[in-house]
Amino acid sequence: MEKYDRSDRYLKQLDDGQHEIALATKDLHVSYGEKEAIHGVSLDFERFKITALIGASGSGKSTYLRSLNRMNDNISGTKVTGQIMYRGLDVNSNQIDVYEMRKHIGMVFQQPNPFAKSIYDNITFAPKRHGEHHKKVLDEMVETTLKQAGLWDQVKDDLKQSALALSGGQQQRLCIARAIAMKPDILLLDEPASVLDPISTATLEDTLLQLKENYTIIIVTHNMQQAARVSDYTAFFHLGDALEYDETRKIFTRPKIKATEDYVSGHFG
Amino acid sequence: MSPRKWDKVATTVLYMISVFIIAVLAFLLLYILISGLPHVTWHFITGRSSSFAAGGGIGIQLFNSLYLLILSMLISIPLSLGAGIYLSEYAPKNWLTDLIRNMIEILSSLPSVVVGLFGFLVFSINMKLGFSILSGALALTVFNLPLLTRKVEDSLQAVHYTQREAGYALGLSRWETVIHVVVPSALPGILTGMILGAGRVFGEAAALIYTAGQSSPPLDFTNWNPTYIASPLNPLRSAETLAVHIWKINSEGIIPDASAVSAGASAILILFVLLFNFAARYFGNKLYRHLTGARERG
Repeated sequence: MEKYDRSDRYLKQLDDGQHEIALATKDLHVSYGEKEAIHGVSLDFERFKITALIGASGSGKSTYLRSLNRMNDNISGTKVTGQIMYRGLDVNSNQIDVYEMRKHIGMVFQQPNPFAKSIYDNITFAPKRHGEHHKKVLDEMVETTLKQAGLWDQVKDDLKQSALALSGGQQQRLCIARAIAMKPDILLLDEPASVLDPISTATLEDTLLQLKENYTIIIVTHNMQQAARVSDYTAFFHLGDALEYDETRKIFTRPKIKATEDYVSGHFG
Repeated sequence: MSPRKWDKVATTVLYMISVFIIAVLAFLLLYILISGLPHVTWHFITGRSSSFAAGGGIGIQLFNSLYLLILSMLISIPLSLGAGIYLSEYAPKNWLTDLIRNMIEILSSLPSVVVGLFGFLVFSINMKLGFSILSGALALTVFNLPLLTRKVEDSLQAVHYTQREAGYALGLSRWETVIHVVVPSALPGILTGMILGAGRVFGEAAALIYTAGQSSPPLDFTNWNPTYIASPLNPLRSAETLAVHIWKINSEGIIPDASAVSAGASAILILFVLLFNFAARYFGNKLYRHLTGARERG
């Protein structure tokens, strides 16, 4: 891989009063033990937009994403410094109730991870734990979220079926339905299409474009076509730094940084 | 020889080893059942044993075995679940927890006669429980706990970490995730461990000879008050179990039909262990289906 000058950056600032910011990080560092994986990333994410995080393997994009709702807390030896601003609060502070915060910042993972429960229970389980017990509300929630995730028509007659019996693509869409059942503000997706076939991927992308109406979405993807198709903004990560952040069409047509240009044109990755 | 041929040879050898093991097991099982079942009558199963004359039954011993099993599982299941959940989900990885794991490993390979003598010293003598069901149940707990804990921990560890992340990402606490996501997924494995543990306990003799004792007081099956001295449920009475009975009539029995009683008792013992296995497997699958909403276990 070519050596790039990592001080050569272009990060679009969105906090100019014209954009509504849903989430922002300020000088975010993440380290695993002695090794620092993210070297101070500051990005603003606009509300009701899809932001794609792209970059080669090991660029830190997933690590960065996972720190946004503090999923890295569970990996021992991980240290996160810097600020994650959400609604005027620093998510990365000790005073934050992580469990409460994660209701607002949901996540869908690379591997579909439905619970070993029925389709219905997969969606209603967490809302029930958080105190929602009206059957009518839960029934409606199941229908709405499955429709939003583009899965309703395939499973509506068999909601008691085990989620484990679904195909990979269906499981992933169920996981999205499960995540949006919590009515989060922000949805983080960590390479959600990496295990899906092209048809499931296309359905998933349609789903994301519809979800954008109500959710702020941040998606990590390896697939540059996917980033180009679904996202409004794209951040390019390289060796633990965000080197370029701009509107997606600019990133893919007129990147300002050499590393971004080489990456999106397939010179490394 | 070509790799293909090697593969054939290896397959054949492995196949023969499997057949051999199955044959040995089947032979043992059939031998015990065929030589024992002809002696099994309703009177034999329910009747009292006799000390000198022929024609004694094993009713009391069977009851003792079942009661002791239930009591020891009542003690060891909650403890092993707690310890297993702690080790798998909460314990930090450091020298102390490694030491605990090592000690559990060593404990689980302790010979049962050593456990029995330990139980005799600690529970019967020091704690003044004497030869009693409680001493026996505690000794069986010592005998069984390491294995159950290990099995619980392994079953929980086998649940993929992405399941835990799924719970956390939905704003669930660690405890909620463990109890409602991880434990249900691990339940079939945990249950298998419990069944094997129950089978071990049911067939155990050496750990009980010096703890639960080798005889039972005359029992009054009309009084079920556990504090009454002749009550079958009294945990402080001594109790000879089926396995101990088999050992005793074979080693020092003076009844003329010792071999027949021993054969019959062995057949009953085996049948009960088989029954536990099948029943628990059935209920385990049912439970799993109930918890997962799955129609078939796939």
